[in-house]
Amino acid sequence: MLSAELLARLQFAFTVSFHIVFPAFSIGLASYLAVLNGLWLLRRDPTYLALFEHWKKIFAVAFAMGVVSGIVMSYQFGTNWSVFSDRAGPVIGPLMAYEVLTAFFLEAGFLGIMLFGRERVGDGLHMFATLMVAAGTLISATWILSANSWMHTPAGFRIAENGQFQPQDWLRIIFNPSFPYRLVHMVLAAYLTTALVVGAAAGWLLRRGRGDAATRRMFSMAMGMLALVAPLQILAGDQHGLNTLEHQPAKVMAMEGHFDSHPDGAPLILFGWPDQQAKTVHWPVQIPNLSSLILTHDWTGALDGLDTIPDQDEPPVLIVFWSFRVMVALGFAMLGLAIWGLWARWRRRLYTARGLHLAAFLMGPAGFAALLAGWITTEVGRQPFTVYGLMRTAESHSPLDAAAVGASLAAFVIVYFFIFGAGIFYLLRMMSTPPGTGAPALREGPIRTAGITPGPAETPRQHRG
Amino acid sequence: MFGLDLSFIWAGIIAFAVLVYVILDGFDLGIGILFPFAHDEGERDVMMNSVAPVWDGNETWLVLGGGGLFAVFPLAYAVVMPALYAPIIVMLLALIFRGVAFEYRWRTRRWKRVWDFGFFGGSVAAALAQGVALGALVQGIAVQDRAYAGGWWDWLTAFSLLTGVALLIGYALLGATWLNLKLQGRIQQHMRALARPAALATLAMLGLVSILTPLQDPTYAARWFRWPSALYSVAVPALVLATAWRLWRGLARGEELAPFLCALGLFVWAYIGIGISFYPMIVPPSLGIAEAAAPDDSLRFALVGTAVLIPIILAYTAYAYWVFHGKIRPEEGYH
Repeated sequence: MLSAELLARLQFAFTVSFHIVFPAFSIGLASYLAVLNGLWLLRRDPTYLALFEHWKKIFAVAFAMGVVSGIVMSYQFGTNWSVFSDRAGPVIGPLMAYEVLTAFFLEAGFLGIMLFGRERVGDGLHMFATLMVAAGTLISATWILSANSWMHTPAGFRIAENGQFQPQDWLRIIFNPSFPYRLVHMVLAAYLTTALVVGAAAGWLLRRGRGDAATRRMFSMAMGMLALVAPLQILAGDQHGLNTLEHQPAKVMAMEGHFDSHPDGAPLILFGWPDQQAKTVHWPVQIPNLSSLILTHDWTGALDGLDTIPDQDEPPVLIVFWSFRVMVALGFAMLGLAIWGLWARWRRRLYTARGLHLAAFLMGPAGFAALLAGWITTEVGRQPFTVYGLMRTAESHSPLDAAAVGASLAAFVIVYFFIFGAGIFYLLRMMSTPPGTGAPALREGPIRTAGITPGPAETPRQHRG
Repeated sequence: MFGLDLSFIWAGIIAFAVLVYVILDGFDLGIGILFPFAHDEGERDVMMNSVAPVWDGNETWLVLGGGGLFAVFPLAYAVVMPALYAPIIVMLLALIFRGVAFEYRWRTRRWKRVWDFGFFGGSVAAALAQGVALGALVQGIAVQDRAYAGGWWDWLTAFSLLTGVALLIGYALLGATWLNLKLQGRIQQHMRALARPAALATLAMLGLVSILTPLQDPTYAARWFRWPSALYSVAVPALVLATAWRLWRGLARGEELAPFLCALGLFVWAYIGIGISFYPMIVPPSLGIAEAAAPDDSLRFALVGTAVLIPIILAYTAYAYWVFHGKIRPEEGYH
């Protein structure tokens, strides 16, 4: 029989994993749409408009999926993690309230105008609305990552008599030690993810011989973005790792699979099977001293191992070890694709290199996979705490009945697979049609229904008795 | 600030956010509830299109209600959510179906019926769950040692089922009067005709719930008749009847804006009534506003931004409504 705590953790992991991929995609796509619309207004090149209209519809579906799965998250804290909510609410809550006030309303308020309102408000205000939606997605990421980072590296608080975390210095809370690193890493991940999806859609169309001017432009922009962001992300990830070593050493030990301390230089374990009971990594493939070089920038730098951490404070090593490797491998694969794209561009074969188009297509989901792997690494690496070092996961959950959590978990699983399965199918179908053609078989949706007469004779007030 | 306790200012802000949610998403959900009354697909299209540009903003007030509670009344949030576990989960799942239907419906032909049903079923279930949650809150929630101390089915009573149905009918009234405002032709006539029985049923439910509320907790009746809320308690039947009369006359004379505003008015009167019953408790019967509040540092920090941002949000929300004002015309807009 699974415990209520484990079921609650599974439920949070499941709902947040489904949720996180949509905002990540929306963050990147909203910025991409703002760039496309800006370029259309500046250059009046119809391919930009075709691309804007095409990705706008895809954005609308992905955004709706993000909204509905996000509402679940905002209530999940209370339903399943009420003790955490009570104790950490005074610190985390205001950050989330600011997210709602500065980001969600901004996105929601201007989304309708961005999607349906170009004819009604004119190009200038429509561009403004598009920028507000993009800004909203980034502001949202800022607040939620601040809140999330505080759970990893809490700062600026004291613990009150009733057990609540009481805020003392909001600047130190918001700009807690891991926040800048996590924010940069996450936003770059969102941009990478989107570039890979756009590139995959273009690669698919190019391989099918349906590469019109707009598709070629889309492929070029995606590969360009990838070449810009993939190397930056590797640098940002390295810096984030060093920050984690400073503040959450146990997480890095688990990522590295270092059960033992290495006073004269630690090896980089490439692969192996960590065994937490036996406190060892079976069948390790390792490079001597490389881990010390990466983490301390010194060939013989000393690195502590999990032997310095009490057993009850260790994160689950196997999950963290492997999710980290998946993320890093995908990151380097993205870099490889970026270099390939640059080489093809230099050889003027960007639109004819069929191998590259296939690779770009196959790498389409890589951003999502890396994002989830990274998320698992950092969140499982935070265990067994919700607020690192201060509040245990085991003391954070609601006074729950395993049957109640189990039933709601089952309901979430069924509904999410049904709803998001259908949504992903629609997204893929929309992406597989070339920009500018639409889906002629279907009646156009609410996006094209801006034909509401704006004349004064139609205002409701004129109809009053 | 102005001699008022921060926690009471915040209770007012949260109450305002929930009220805005109820009336704005109320007519969105009402449209979903009325979906089966449309004669054909074209009518369902215009019904949905009348809120397509604004529904997301409307639903954001629910996130502010939940997020705001978490921020400034973490103890209330931590007690209410486990107590209302099942209705909250049902509401969340229902809102998922309702929300994605806005987009999915236009992305498929074969499954359009599926998402039509999702829109209807999601709206009905969300409305019922919200009403049941309200009823369960009015009944009172057992609290011990900063945690919910009741059972998993405490929320389910005849009274909470009644409030669930009452809210469902009330939302249908909001939806019907909104559609009377935004649509034209046969569907408008149809919705105007439906608004009448919905209005009568809403009034009946309002009366029934008002009579049964003091039976849930005798202190409610005491609060109704203490000074100065007694002024309102005495006035409320008159206000409700006047509003209902204006609503009825508006419908009879084919007016468009007045019935919608009157339907909103009924919700506002009822909401103030609930507020008087609860005050100064945030989670009846025993958890007070001041007791549930976060430390003043949290309240102050959140209030500074809220005081600035809520007016700005209201301004651009009003702008977004203004951009899409006027009638939805079925014969144009599709190409």
